[in-house]
Amino acid sequence: MLAFVIYKAVLCVIIFAISLGVAAYSTWWERKFASFLQDRVGPNRAGPFGLLQPLADGGKMFFKEEIIPNVSNKFLFILGPCLFMVTACMTSVVIPWGKDFMMGGRNFAFQITDINIGVLYLLGVVSIGVYGIMIGGWASNNKFALLGAIRASSQMISYEIAMGIAVIALIITSGGTLSLHEIVEKQDAGVCNFVYQPLGFLIFFICALAETNRAPFDLAECESELVGGYHTEYSSMKLGLYLFAEYINMFISSAVMAAFYFGGYNFPFAHELYNAMGLQEGSIWISLIGFGAYFTKIVLFICLFMWVRWTLPRFRYDQLMNLGWKVLIPLSLVNLAITTVVAYYFNK
Amino acid sequence: MALQLTNRSKVVSNKEQSAMEKLYLPAVFKGMSITLSHLFKKSATIRYPEQKRIMAPVYRGQHVLKRDDNGAERCTSCGMCAVACPAEAITMESAERKKGEEHLYREEKYAAKYEINMLRCVFCGLCEEACPKEAIFLTDRIVDTEFEREDFIYGKDKLVEKMTERIDVTKRQTPEVLEFKKTPGLKHNELFDGKKLKEKH
Ligand code: SF4
Ligand code: SF4
Repeated sequence: MLAFVIYKAVLCVIIFAISLGVAAYSTWWERKFASFLQDRVGPNRAGPFGLLQPLADGGKMFFKEEIIPNVSNKFLFILGPCLFMVTACMTSVVIPWGKDFMMGGRNFAFQITDINIGVLYLLGVVSIGVYGIMIGGWASNNKFALLGAIRASSQMISYEIAMGIAVIALIITSGGTLSLHEIVEKQDAGVCNFVYQPLGFLIFFICALAETNRAPFDLAECESELVGGYHTEYSSMKLGLYLFAEYINMFISSAVMAAFYFGGYNFPFAHELYNAMGLQEGSIWISLIGFGAYFTKIVLFICLFMWVRWTLPRFRYDQLMNLGWKVLIPLSLVNLAITTVVAYYFNK
Repeated sequence: MALQLTNRSKVVSNKEQSAMEKLYLPAVFKGMSITLSHLFKKSATIRYPEQKRIMAPVYRGQHVLKRDDNGAERCTSCGMCAVACPAEAITMESAERKKGEEHLYREEKYAAKYEINMLRCVFCGLCEEACPKEAIFLTDRIVDTEFEREDFIYGKDKLVEKMTERIDVTKRQTPEVLEFKKTPGLKHNELFDGKKLKEKH
């Protein structure tokens, strides 16, 4: 029991550290990647290749003046970024980072917790995340912040439906399980869900862009119209938390996409590789190699997110709503219908 | 069609998007392939402190007030430069040369105070052109950055060249300038620049 608790505690710490680290370096890579796409160099002064830039930025954030507007609701104003950050971190709990491994005759899962409604939990926590934006934007008592918050929440509500329906179709293909661990294990056979659900993936990806408030759906902070959107009034580390949590969200949604549609820690010819290396089932090395493969996929997805951001202009608000309600929801329903029919005939 | 002054104006098109365009995806992929192609292009950045852009030989940077070969200031405080300056950046106060100051000032009247506000200056070079005494020149030095506005007002301490480290302004002396300097009657050329330039030619 004690070993179990210690293992979980250590795993928690490691995973939070990794997601925070990845988020920090995403900010660096975002700027680097953007500058590569724009024929520039990007941050290159702090450390080699500007690698210390995230530290410098974080330090700067801490030392900036902390301003809480007089007319704001102080409690909610502080609660907003906290909630956003906490929910962003909470999502990493159900993600299976690698295969289970055996040590000293015990089975250890490379996942903080494998609840049997993992997918539901994920969607639930993600939708709590929008409260962070909503509360922060509302508590600022600033029209731009409020507009940003309203946009964020209506955008989330609209795109969550399409996302949910796309996920239902995915759950049907993976045999009705809501546990992320099982969804990933199902793809062990070598065929990832993307093959069965290309349309579903596209819908999920677009919705993930919208849910994480990334361009072309960054209407919530839309600096060209709304000053800074929902975080207009925020300063110092509270602003830092908002910006940082967005990158954690991006990391987690990349992880979820890789797990749902691209086999998570599985990769082609994995078993051949393990046999060739003489690794037995349950070895920790298998878990670690799987984690490496998973991580590569996540990084590729993060790059995709950035690539989209630095290519596409922002949607107009009515276009956003049209796309969500008139295109994505019908499309995801069609996808669901086809999946159901196909699954019914194949399973008979 | 309405009257057009140039042929560049275009009529606004309000046509509906076609079904293909409504899909967005083809356009998205096209855009993304364009940005991807830039990933492999060389960056256009000049990494400034280490790498410096080549300056034009006639670059117009921070001014210098020249001295002649004997170390006397050439400026006679005539105020032509201040009049010519479109940015009104130059102010000066004149004084009369006393006996025994001949080695300090070339002319009988000199500038006791001479200030250029580097924040006002647009580095047009008109002061240089206006100066009858070849006293003021723009050089290829870059004006330093400062924290205070007052520090951008350069007085004689910063403008007048030191005899120990003279500033080379020959690069600004283009053929037209040299031609002008040969004009007979421009006495002030003979002493310093004129002699040297004649040797050169
Ligand atoms: S360079 Fe032009 S703007 Fe500057 S001081 Fe001379 S005349 Fe004035
Ligand atoms: S710099 Fe030349 S133009 Fe200006 S006051 Fe002196 S002599 Fe006259």
